[in-house]
Amino acid sequence: MENSEKIKIGWFSFSCCEDNTVVMTEVMNDHWQEWKKIFDFRHVRVLKSKNIYDAFDIAFIEGAMAGADQEESVKDIRSRSKKLVAVGACAVTGLPSGQRNNFTPEQREAIDFLVTRFGALPSVKKVSDVVKVDVEIPGCPMSPEVFLEKVNSLVTELRS
Amino acid sequence: MHSFDLSLEHITKVEGNASLKLKVEDGKVTDVKFAIVEYKRFFTEALKNKAINAVPGHLARICGTCSNAHIICSIEACEDALGITPSEQTKLLRSLVVHGLIIRDHALHLYLFSMPDIFGKDAFLDLDESDSVQHQLLHDGFDTKSVGNFLATLVAGRSVHATYPVVGGFLKFPDQAGVDEAIAKLKNIRPAVLRLVEVFKNAPFHFDRQTKFMALVPEKSFGYINGQIETSVGEKFAEKDFRGHLEHTVLPYSEASAYTYHGESYMVGALARVNLAKDKLHPETKKSLGETLDLFPSTDIYHNNLAQAIEILHSVDESIDILSNNKFVTEPILKGEAKDGAVGVGVIEAPRGTLYHKIVLGADNKVKEGEVVVPTGQNQVNIEKDIATLVNGLLEKTDDKELISLEIEKLIRAYDPCMSCASHFLKVEWEE
Repeated sequence: MENSEKIKIGWFSFSCCEDNTVVMTEVMNDHWQEWKKIFDFRHVRVLKSKNIYDAFDIAFIEGAMAGADQEESVKDIRSRSKKLVAVGACAVTGLPSGQRNNFTPEQREAIDFLVTRFGALPSVKKVSDVVKVDVEIPGCPMSPEVFLEKVNSLVTELRS
Repeated sequence: MHSFDLSLEHITKVEGNASLKLKVEDGKVTDVKFAIVEYKRFFTEALKNKAINAVPGHLARICGTCSNAHIICSIEACEDALGITPSEQTKLLRSLVVHGLIIRDHALHLYLFSMPDIFGKDAFLDLDESDSVQHQLLHDGFDTKSVGNFLATLVAGRSVHATYPVVGGFLKFPDQAGVDEAIAKLKNIRPAVLRLVEVFKNAPFHFDRQTKFMALVPEKSFGYINGQIETSVGEKFAEKDFRGHLEHTVLPYSEASAYTYHGESYMVGALARVNLAKDKLHPETKKSLGETLDLFPSTDIYHNNLAQAIEILHSVDESIDILSNNKFVTEPILKGEAKDGAVGVGVIEAPRGTLYHKIVLGADNKVKEGEVVVPTGQNQVNIEKDIATLVNGLLEKTDDKELISLEIEKLIRAYDPCMSCASHFLKVEWEE
């Protein structure tokens, strides 16, 4: 299959522990040969250096939005993606990455100067707080089986 | 003479997000800022008032790829605070958890992150399947990762955010069928690991630098959980005394904490471990490696990759031994006694280097405060200094920014930094 006919994949990590990235690379152990044939890994920083940021058939978003720059980034990714998939607990629920949202007043006081200094948002947001999400794959980390099921279903939909 | 600013907004093929700003004036590097640019997630602040049994699972979420190292280290700290001495079987199972992690995590780094540089490729998947050597390595890479994943899943429930290891023991135990399958897979993968060692032994990249090395060194055989902390200048200290030896250093442009040792930068990780304890590697590992081990102790930073390949082989051999010579039975979870003010320290060798967890208990089994020191924070100052030296050398031959950027990324990758781990802290003392 020519590269132009492959499904264009973007994988983007925001505020999180990147456990879903690791799970994705583990799922790849058994599926890399078929994925290589059907996917164009266009922008996946964990896999390559020469990433191309143009249009995506499927954009996977891992992590919560902790800064305004991340909000802007995910909006831009949304605008250039046919399907946007939120992967993992931080993307789907905002937690645990956004645990500071639930801090006591004393805990908030202790961290406020750092939130301000690095220009973080007052509250951490889940992906669907910022953009429309087509598919959610919850879990900390996501289940490999559910991930595969959702990916396969998206491939079928995009190919139909 | 060259003068320019170079900025790498996102360093690729590493764990997490890091950036680099470099200033060159009159042909010399005048400023390097290697910054970890992940937003803080405040794990140590969130630790306060958590029930002690919830601590390992909580701190595992600092980092996905290192999660099982955080769990084992945190359990050690919690058990230290509660006065629990784990059973011999629990110790063996924890060793297997870390061996599974070492195999999986080092393989991810070596095959997917570092190997493309050796073959002049952008990505591991770009290796040429019509070339017999590259075809073999492609299969080796995913097969080796898969074996580490299988071992960790068998013993720990999952290879990421493990569910079986808890304070006081394990919730489930491997069955014999799983053990037999693991032994077969580990034996099967050994030739691939030997090929991996050869690839990194013959890799064309070298960067020699004098630095101090530090690692947790076991008394007997090479391992990642027990022992005392040793340095390449001959100093030794107990796990509990770690805070008296590491100095917290503020890098105002980075979201992570950095550390020095006696005021100087130092290095932790596979290279430090193999430099300090190569004689303690598994006998089968030593036998297979032969003269390769004569390269150590080494001050070539790229030998960190070779040391990781050697550690995969050791973890394969050690795991085969443990699984072949032990029967695992159901054991009860051990309970300890919480005392107000009790302090617990856990130290293990995570794939990227020495990891420290400390907790202080308050009343009712709740955590009063905690501290986590991660490997990447300890290597950060070394990385910055090395980049300056590397670029100064390159500037004598070229001012091609693309080439310089590529060489910088390669060197950073050799340290195998983990930015997810390095950005969880609260305690940064700012110099205004």
